Amino acid sequence: MKIAVPADEKDMDATVCPSFGRAPYFLIYDTSSKEASFIDNSAAASQGGAGIKAAQTIIDNKAEVLLTPRCGQNAAVVINAANIKIYKTEDESVKKNIDSFLEGYLAPLEDIHPGFHNHGEK
Amino acid sequence: MKISIPDSITMEKNNIKIAVLSGKGGAGKTLVSVNLASAAEGSVYIDCDVEEPNGYLFFKPDGVAEEEVSVDMPYVFQQACNGCRRCVDFCKFNALAYIINKLIIFEEVCHSCGGCLLLCPAKALLKKKKVIGRIQKGISEKVEIYTGILNIGEASGIPIIKRLFDRSAVYEDKPVFIDCPPGSACIVMESIKKADYCVLVAEPTLFGVHDLDMVYKLVRLFNKPYGAVLNKCIPGENPAEDYCTQKGIRIIGRVDFDSELGIINSNAKIAVRENEKYKKIFLSMLQKITGEVRA
Repeated sequence: MKIAVPADEKDMDATVCPSFGRAPYFLIYDTSSKEASFIDNSAAASQGGAGIKAAQTIIDNKAEVLLTPRCGQNAAVVINAANIKIYKTEDESVKKNIDSFLEGYLAPLEDIHPGFHNHGEK
Repeated sequence: MKISIPDSITMEKNNIKIAVLSGKGGAGKTLVSVNLASAAEGSVYIDCDVEEPNGYLFFKPDGVAEEEVSVDMPYVFQQACNGCRRCVDFCKFNALAYIINKLIIFEEVCHSCGGCLLLCPAKALLKKKKVIGRIQKGISEKVEIYTGILNIGEASGIPIIKRLFDRSAVYEDKPVFIDCPPGSACIVMESIKKADYCVLVAEPTLFGVHDLDMVYKLVRLFNKPYGAVLNKCIPGENPAEDYCTQKGIRIIGRVDFDSELGIINSNAKIAVRENEKYKKIFLSMLQKITGEVRA
């Protein structure tokens, strides 16, 4: 199973980025091989629709689970269409959140926000 | 120095287009444009602030007629889509996504550029109409009132502004007053494109200066003649005035922060129609603008 997490840096100790759509990187962690890779989020500098493009990126990287503190409506539509499950991160490093998720401590993300319409989703 | 101000200005055979703009909301665009249009009489007022039009609240136009404005939206014929994703990669606004062999289109994000339709090699994308808002036309005394209204949640009001200008282009001999949206983004550019003169409305605060700077840069970029109206003037320093002096921006009028005007405005009345004192202030602005455009 592959897990995607928005990250502020390309590092397992990096903090989880508070924005999904405009995160600079995504960590893709493969639970079977225990390998982690970081991918650039090309949506970070988008004029609009960053969440949609970011969602497309994690789908194209075959993620099955997304750990994120927040997720906008448009991104959620794309992610749900791909049957990816979304869980809410705690305020810690990406590594700790992956551990918490694997131990079953993270709850599904339920508060999908209506999006920022290009205002302030940074 | 006493400047003589006429009781009215002959605006006949005068098709000058005056845009009123400011870097933020609440500076007084509507106050200035509504009063200029009323002072000019026989004029056309166009409310391009399509996200929040409010000029009609003052004019209370009669005989209002309405028409819908729609744009072209892509829709996908899934069976024809070959999943090449050229449309997904092309869209600068990321209005398309391709998930598990299915193309998804986000209509609220789409800016109707039509690029995806042109690029689709499988001809799987087709056009459909989507209503994004409407325009209204009415009359208030001798002023023709045009109002653009964008539906909530739509990406761009520009098609509405284009329609407003198309429909109001019939008045070849009337002055036109354009009440712009706040800021200096694309929608403001569309609103001032055809203007002969731009009026920059500024508040006497540091925020006011910041916002004045934005629209000042915009009108310079567009090579438009311009002048400033200092609104809400109070005794003492006026940072917006200092900015105008520093940049050499001509001040074409001042409106004091006065409770009488505040009361008239709060009751959705038009100052120049209520009190000669205000009519003189706005006629004086008009005189300066027309003088400058004709010169």
